[in-house]
Amino acid sequence: MAIRHGRGVAAINYPTGMNLGGDPTQALVHSTPTGNFMVSLSSVDLGQGMKQIMAQICAETIGVPTERVIVDTADTDTGPHCMGTFASRGTHRAGNAVIQAAREARQVMLEVAAEALEVDAGDLETDGTGNIQVKGAPSKSISIFDTALIAHFKLGRSISGRGMFLVPRSYPEAATGAMKPSTCYAHACTVADVEVDDETGEVTVLSVKNVFEIGRALNPKMVEQQLVGGSWMGISHALYETTEPYYPAREHGPTDFNEYLMPGPGDLAKTEVIVLERPAADGPYGAKGPGEMCANPQIPAIANAIFDAVGVRIDTLPITPERILRALKADGAAAHRGR
Amino acid sequence: MAKVPVQFTLNGSEKAEFVESGATLLDVLRDKIGDTSPKAGCRQGTCGSCSVIVDGELRLSCLTLAETCEGASIVTTAGLAEGGVLHPLQRAFMDAFATQCGFCTPGMIMAAKALLDRNPDPSRDEVVEAIAGNICRCTGYEPIIEAVLSAARSNSISAA
Repeated sequence: MAIRHGRGVAAINYPTGMNLGGDPTQALVHSTPTGNFMVSLSSVDLGQGMKQIMAQICAETIGVPTERVIVDTADTDTGPHCMGTFASRGTHRAGNAVIQAAREARQVMLEVAAEALEVDAGDLETDGTGNIQVKGAPSKSISIFDTALIAHFKLGRSISGRGMFLVPRSYPEAATGAMKPSTCYAHACTVADVEVDDETGEVTVLSVKNVFEIGRALNPKMVEQQLVGGSWMGISHALYETTEPYYPAREHGPTDFNEYLMPGPGDLAKTEVIVLERPAADGPYGAKGPGEMCANPQIPAIANAIFDAVGVRIDTLPITPERILRALKADGAAAHRGR
Repeated sequence: MAKVPVQFTLNGSEKAEFVESGATLLDVLRDKIGDTSPKAGCRQGTCGSCSVIVDGELRLSCLTLAETCEGASIVTTAGLAEGGVLHPLQRAFMDAFATQCGFCTPGMIMAAKALLDRNPDPSRDEVVEAIAGNICRCTGYEPIIEAVLSAARSNSISAA
């Protein structure tokens, strides 16, 4: 009986978005009379930072500072259509819709400024700080604030744009089964180091080292935040959390946090996160969806590390001490019979 | 059912309420007084999101009867900012990206404040122990631990 050390590796591909009857999201962008820009969405920000990212994408596309953009989300009665915040699709789907809407709004904004400056809209550019100027002649300029006032009060124009992004449903080819369920995949690899007590079946995760390839990190600090939290969640899925410990019998399902186990701050593994950026061809400014993907590779990596440590394959989650001990017992019996 | 009069101080201001006998401090704070900074997570003392400070002690407001708080001084996260200036812990939580969905944040900040009030220079293990009764779904705890340590450092700098 001993504490045994093991190391496991796992790598995953993870799709961004889904393939259930197509995966659309729409967005609307309009300017206020003072040249702030409003993004209307139905996509929900549940803490992952959707509003911040959509503000960045809209600001980058129109050419204004991020703080000039207001994002209104999450009323599906009144907002533009969105399938929802899940399947790691928010940044990719809504971001593409926002880019299209913001481009259309930018074009109207430049047309209004062109009229005010008596130049061609094609000769205009934004300076990124709230002004529109003639390319090569920055002294000939107008603020976006004044441009919006002129649009609203003189020209009677709406500086606005419509955006939509749809990944059509992919059907498998009858002959081969080939299909394209997703246009874009994030990738990850995790190395997990564990200790397994072969007397009690208890697993201690010593460290997880993760590499995530997520397209372009539109907000690096928020990406890091999500990846660190996700990596911890992956450990939790591997070893602790389940709603149905005796599936398919559900009467013993957990009803509260006494029964639904999650690791606390005293159970943290040493965690390393490395981000690789390979911009996606169809991603908004190259972004993919890192959300769900980041909580997945730890699970097979830990299962592999447990196998490396004590020689048993556990294929049911979570990998509880009970499951490890039962597998060790079965393994010992098999060895005793001489296999 | 007969109601019970209760008076206490909430974030420095006097409150007087008639509460149902057996009502929790959490429900009185949220539903009668309108301070929704303590969150109702599990209502059975296992998640920590309802944590408040009563007479200097960290308490789970979902397990505290309001009528036992007669004459007490209660602090919630809603009372931390002064004149629009965030408390060092609130600032540290923002700077360290220690909050995502935000549901656990007020309880975490209360647990951290109770720690720093009695121990201004805690070790990492002491921070872990102080927030051990609080569950976070999003962050993996590491940024929260960092935020509390960073707030402690900034406090000692400003005190020096």
